[in-house]
Amino acid sequence: MKSPIFVGYLTMVRKELVRIFRIWSQTLLPPVVTMSLYFVVFGGFIGSQVQPISGYSYMQYIVPGLVMMSIITAAYMNTVSTFYFAKWQHVIDEILVSPMPSWAVIAGFVSGGIIRAFLTGVLVVAVSLFFTHLVIFNILILFAAAFLTALLFSLAGIVNAIYAKSFDAISIVPNFVLTPLTYLGGVFYSIHLLPPFFAKLSLANPILYMVNAFRYGFLGVTDVSIGRCFAVIAVFTLLMLLWTLILFRKGAGLKR
Amino acid sequence: MSPAIEISGLKKVYTTGKTTKMEALKGVSLTIQKGEFFAFLGPNGAGKTTLISILAGLGIKTEGTVKVHGVSIDENPDLAKSFIGLVPQEFNFSIFEKVLDIVLDQAGYYGITRKEALPHAEKILKELGLWEKKDQQAQALSGGMKRRLMIARALIHKPQILLLDEPTAGVDVELRRSMWEFLKELNESGTTILLTTHYLEEAEQLSERVAIINHGEIIEEGSVQQLLSKLHFVTLLLDTVETINEAVMLLLRGEPLVRDEEHVLKLTLKPGDTINEVFRKLSSIGIHEKNIRTTGRMLEEVFIQLIEKK
Ligand SMILES: Nc1ncnc2c1ncn2[C@@H]1O[C@H](COP(=O)(O)OP(=O)(O)OP(=O)(O)O)[C@@H](O)[C@H]1O
Ligand SMILES: [Mg+2]
Repeated sequence: MKSPIFVGYLTMVRKELVRIFRIWSQTLLPPVVTMSLYFVVFGGFIGSQVQPISGYSYMQYIVPGLVMMSIITAAYMNTVSTFYFAKWQHVIDEILVSPMPSWAVIAGFVSGGIIRAFLTGVLVVAVSLFFTHLVIFNILILFAAAFLTALLFSLAGIVNAIYAKSFDAISIVPNFVLTPLTYLGGVFYSIHLLPPFFAKLSLANPILYMVNAFRYGFLGVTDVSIGRCFAVIAVFTLLMLLWTLILFRKGAGLKR
Repeated sequence: MSPAIEISGLKKVYTTGKTTKMEALKGVSLTIQKGEFFAFLGPNGAGKTTLISILAGLGIKTEGTVKVHGVSIDENPDLAKSFIGLVPQEFNFSIFEKVLDIVLDQAGYYGITRKEALPHAEKILKELGLWEKKDQQAQALSGGMKRRLMIARALIHKPQILLLDEPTAGVDVELRRSMWEFLKELNESGTTILLTTHYLEEAEQLSERVAIINHGEIIEEGSVQQLLSKLHFVTLLLDTVETINEAVMLLLRGEPLVRDEEHVLKLTLKPGDTINEVFRKLSSIGIHEKNIRTTGRMLEEVFIQLIEKK
């Protein structure tokens, strides 16, 4: 016999899976198209003019960062949209009236984000094989970095959806926080190539640590020590988890 | 044995703006025994949905205690929720989901697997006339069907207590009666039922006990009989042979009679009034009554009188 809470959790995960595949042209296709363009334009056209970084061709260097970028977006977009819709249509009430504890509900939503992030990551890596060959330095680090980052941004999606009072509010974070931080997060360059001031400034950007940890898993090169990368990711993930739990406990934005 | 629902000193204050607040429940106390069929009556904005939401775990109370089967919703909210099934006032399922999936997913949240839930889902969907629609998206259902879908969903985990927030709003007379039958049977088989309604006939038909709520306060509570005994006046309808027109009404000026329809007069009697006077007057002007009946809306009158009194 399965535990009731586990059955509830599996019900949520099943719904997420069905949804991700049913609307695959909105969930899985866009990152494949966008990232192909990045590979062609940045990796191909521009990259051919750029010096190798840390012994890797520019194309090889930017692939991990671009994969991470799509993982972040996929994780975030999945929870923010399912959660916001559930809240907006009051479908979330179906779960809130049930005896499922908050942590299990959060786990259900987060799993959806992580599953979509994982599928997206695999697809984008697959597309990158048309442009460069795959190097894997340490698969454990690679998966750990991807998992924690997906977890962090799935939680961030929930937090944003809880606060959001309109559809517009769910795109504020991606447009004004996520995109700038990702572009400045060392996806396209090593911070050692920046003037010292901007190199220092980049260290304040949490996404830099995620991109670098992930790139280390592929290529074995990183701008910051790998230990520090994971420390930063872990701290942010923990804080976000705490924030989500507190919001759920209070019923903020969910209960009347 | 602990009661099904025990509410004591329940208050709810909504924050409606930066400085404005709205007290939707002003200290409600109420006990509902297991197996009871209880109706909540009240006008729009009385606080019915607010109360039901708190019971079901969707609303946050400001003050007071609530126990469900003896379990405090503060100490063990998850256990308290497991006793309850909720049929909310507004549709709150995903219109893109299939009918059967909506019901089975709800079972999942209560810890029942799809396979375990399927036989019961089939049974209640059949009873509620929705089995043929099981593979359709919820948006393809009519309003009455959607309401029944919410009843099926609320019953999938076989709750001991069923809360229904205006279950028959927007449901035609025939369907309403069949829903009443369904709820009566459910209650007879042991489910405690608490429903809110504007239809006074509904409370009269279904429930043993009624509470009248207005402006966040219970202003009257008791059996339907007890409430009726508080009537200050009685209204009767007289079916007449002759047509009631303005000329007739002019002759009847001063009598406690009002024209209700072409062949119907409404008679309002206060305590101490005698009916004979009225009939004598009627026959003196040549009006003959075929039939005398009650309005069938007695509770409505209690309701209006009680609300006006406060
Ligand atoms: N989320 C909310 N925020 C602020 N005020 C609210 C909220 N929900 C309800 N109210 C107010 O609380 C009061 C009670 O509302 P409630 O919905 O409980 O009434 P009701 O008895 O269910 O009415 P109806 O019969 O129309 O459904 C109303 O004055 C309403 O405006
Ligand atoms: Mg209501």
